[in-house]
Amino acid sequence: MTTFLRLTIFGLVTGGIYAVAATGLVVTYTTSGIFNFAHGAIGMLAAFLYWELHVNHGIPTLVSLALVLLVFAPLAGALLERTLIRPLHGAPFATTIVVTVGILAGCLGLAQQIWKPGAPRVVEEFFPAEGFHVAGVFVSWHRAITLLIAAATVVALRHLLHHSRAGITMRAVVDDRDLTSLSGVAPTRPSALSWAIGSSLAALAGILIAPLITLDVVLLTLLVIDAYAAAVVGRLRSLPLTFIGAMILGLAQSHGSYWLPKAFPGDRFPDWLPGFTDSLPVILLFVALLALPEARLRGARAVRAVTGRVPSVRHAAAGALLLTGVAWAGAGFMTGQDVQRVGEGVALGLIGLSLVPLTGFAGQVSLCPFAFAGLGAVAMSKVGGGGSWVGLLVAMAVPAAVGALVALPALRLQGLYLALSTLAFAVLVDYMVFPQASLFRTSITLERPDLFGLSLQSDRAWFVVLAAAYGLAAVFVVWLRRGRLGRRLVAMRDSPVGCAMTGMSLTRTKLVVFALSAAMAGLGGAMLAAMKVSISAKSFTALGGLTVLLIAVIGGIETASGPLLGGLALAGMTILAQEAPALGWVPAVGPAVAAIVLARQRDGVAAVLGGLARNVVGRRRGRAPTTPDPLTALDGSWPVGQALEPARVRALDGLFGIDDGLCAAESAR
Amino acid sequence: MTGDAARPALELRGVRAAYGSIEVLHGVDLVVPPASVVALLGPNGVGKTTTLKVACGLVTPTAGCVHVAGRHVNGAGAHRLARAGVRTVPEGRGVFPNLTVAENLALASADRRHAATVHEQAYARFPRLGERARQSAGSLSGGEQQMLALARALATDPALLLVDELSMGLAPLLVEELYEQVATIAREGVSILVVEQFAHTVLGVAHHAALMMNGRVQFSGPSAEIAGALDAAYLGTTGTGARP
Repeated sequence: MTTFLRLTIFGLVTGGIYAVAATGLVVTYTTSGIFNFAHGAIGMLAAFLYWELHVNHGIPTLVSLALVLLVFAPLAGALLERTLIRPLHGAPFATTIVVTVGILAGCLGLAQQIWKPGAPRVVEEFFPAEGFHVAGVFVSWHRAITLLIAAATVVALRHLLHHSRAGITMRAVVDDRDLTSLSGVAPTRPSALSWAIGSSLAALAGILIAPLITLDVVLLTLLVIDAYAAAVVGRLRSLPLTFIGAMILGLAQSHGSYWLPKAFPGDRFPDWLPGFTDSLPVILLFVALLALPEARLRGARAVRAVTGRVPSVRHAAAGALLLTGVAWAGAGFMTGQDVQRVGEGVALGLIGLSLVPLTGFAGQVSLCPFAFAGLGAVAMSKVGGGGSWVGLLVAMAVPAAVGALVALPALRLQGLYLALSTLAFAVLVDYMVFPQASLFRTSITLERPDLFGLSLQSDRAWFVVLAAAYGLAAVFVVWLRRGRLGRRLVAMRDSPVGCAMTGMSLTRTKLVVFALSAAMAGLGGAMLAAMKVSISAKSFTALGGLTVLLIAVIGGIETASGPLLGGLALAGMTILAQEAPALGWVPAVGPAVAAIVLARQRDGVAAVLGGLARNVVGRRRGRAPTTPDPLTALDGSWPVGQALEPARVRALDGLFGIDDGLCAAESAR
Repeated sequence: MTGDAARPALELRGVRAAYGSIEVLHGVDLVVPPASVVALLGPNGVGKTTTLKVACGLVTPTAGCVHVAGRHVNGAGAHRLARAGVRTVPEGRGVFPNLTVAENLALASADRRHAATVHEQAYARFPRLGERARQSAGSLSGGEQQMLALARALATDPALLLVDELSMGLAPLLVEELYEQVATIAREGVSILVVEQFAHTVLGVAHHAALMMNGRVQFSGPSAEIAGALDAAYLGTTGTGARP
């Protein structure tokens, strides 16, 4: 009984922390319309900053707390909103995901650069070792306070959103931005406020949970990702439901991790069990997502032509040959280590290429390319020790099958919910599948197959094979885009409702492209593993997989060559960091920054370069004059009626700080 | 009295506006005299709504002048114009569907007017809104939503009211009722610009009318005189005798 009570109290406390994090997420989403994937990373940064201030510099608890929660977090949130989120107004949905995922990756990289992993860091509880007893169970003040804060947060937020002017305005902005400004409210202020509040809550959650676990960059980020589940239970809208979801989550985790192993006699529980209890939150997330009502089909609000020129298959084939040739010629000039790095870049590009049909053409954002890549690598290693071409085929077949199987229930979801479910899947595979001893033990080694007696065992040879594989896959993608399926994918992105009206099965199309994408990711993963020779369970983490999305975006997620450019850029950054250790932050933060900058360009680097060129030419030609035309005399035939209130007229005077408020052209008259 | 009294509530001179690289207004001239109702008429896609968006500040003109009460307001944000007394009932249903009726009205009390007065006035004007104060605006009928949009725009005693397609998707009886409200509002001294595609619903209320074709105002004058020009314009024989 005592154990039960203890577990319940622990569960409620964990649930309380989830509640704080999840409600912050819900508030930002309901008031800015953008799901902040970086929510957990902001909480993680705040926890580290709190450690830095409080533990490392000995600043008193309350001062440190105030600095982090009331100064750093709100400022960071408002700044993010102002610089990155606000320009996203009206942007395609995939772009908003890429930007917040970019922020997430950037925060991770930044934290790992500032606070090098490995060093033990401990944040103490508030009032360490003090507490009280409830029915024989010791409850520390820290836990009691956490629970109180969680409850207070939910009540306060609900009041803010429904009973305060600021809150009503925030909700109004999400409903209709233009209409809000027509009501006399600057639509940007509520949004900045909501991001400030949201990141403050993320920070609070991070600081509260830090003493209960180890202070670790990835662990903290993932823990707040767990809060997604609670937010989805609340349908990203209802705060009370979110709170209940968070509590269920906390209780399930605390009870599950204790009772589940007991179900197996003599502690002989299977090796997936620890992973299972760790992934309870993402499993709940998955279930909650599946329980969501099917989204209504909608046409795109404003359809504009955004797709760039699609090359012909012949051009693509020529490009592929050229790529292979360049790789063959270039491999000789590179050092062995550089071949490794560039080869890994090309392989990552190949995994990124798997996102081109799915995200680029069909507009479905997947955050689990690494899960399929890892499955591909494992599948290849299981076939004849890895050294066979059949293994490579299996490396494509297995992820495709798994992808289709997993995607089937998730396909009825759209947009954000689909992206969330793929992230849940990635975390699940990361926690539960890869750590299993039967798959990886500590690490696995992949042989490289030979081709008709031609030895491909050297790094250089495999590098050329990789380049050729990328070329083939790219030609395939171009062929796909020009064909029937490609047209369907683009049509589905542009107007789901239009597709349904023509009798096309959206579910089947999505299923096909999902399986196809998984197969390509599997191929890329297997070839990456063969390039690296030895891989471990931690080679294909869920968070690491986000980099793949970022590099695909950098190069251009709608082009067959884009992911390659992105992968090469990443390889370049890695080599740069190796040559100059002072630039170690470049590969850590660079892809994120580049992706955020390029997210709005559908064709990545290429589009930006083209845009720059056009701008330069445009400047030279000079812009159209914007000076107002001289006024013609007013038509005297209009009758004159009642005057405007003088106060209103004075208010107008203030608009531009012009003294008499009259038009320059009119004053001159 | 200053000269402001004689100045038109709204005046557009040679206004050009574009979406991206496509220009849709090619020099619009339009005047709304104080305390009068002006109807802006024309078939689909001639730039009526864009003209209204320029007037309320949602679209910044690329050339020309926008004057409100004689003040040059090109590029002033919509929210600043709204606070200065330019209120808009936009196309479609100008309500926040996820906010309750009361919350919708509360938003309009932006300029420190007491919210209670705003509610009182709105419910006095449209009693049906009072009955549904706690309901979310998205659950109202089309006519009720338009009432709410009108009530919200009027809550702050605007000097200039811009109304876009009040009749869209509503039953004719309801439209008549809404335009009676517009006439009442006009008698209170508010200057009103009404955009309409269906001329007959609005000409009974408007003092003046302007007819738009292809991004320009083709004809303007007392509403009684516009009927002939209208037929010509809608039936596609513009340019021959449409001008006064």
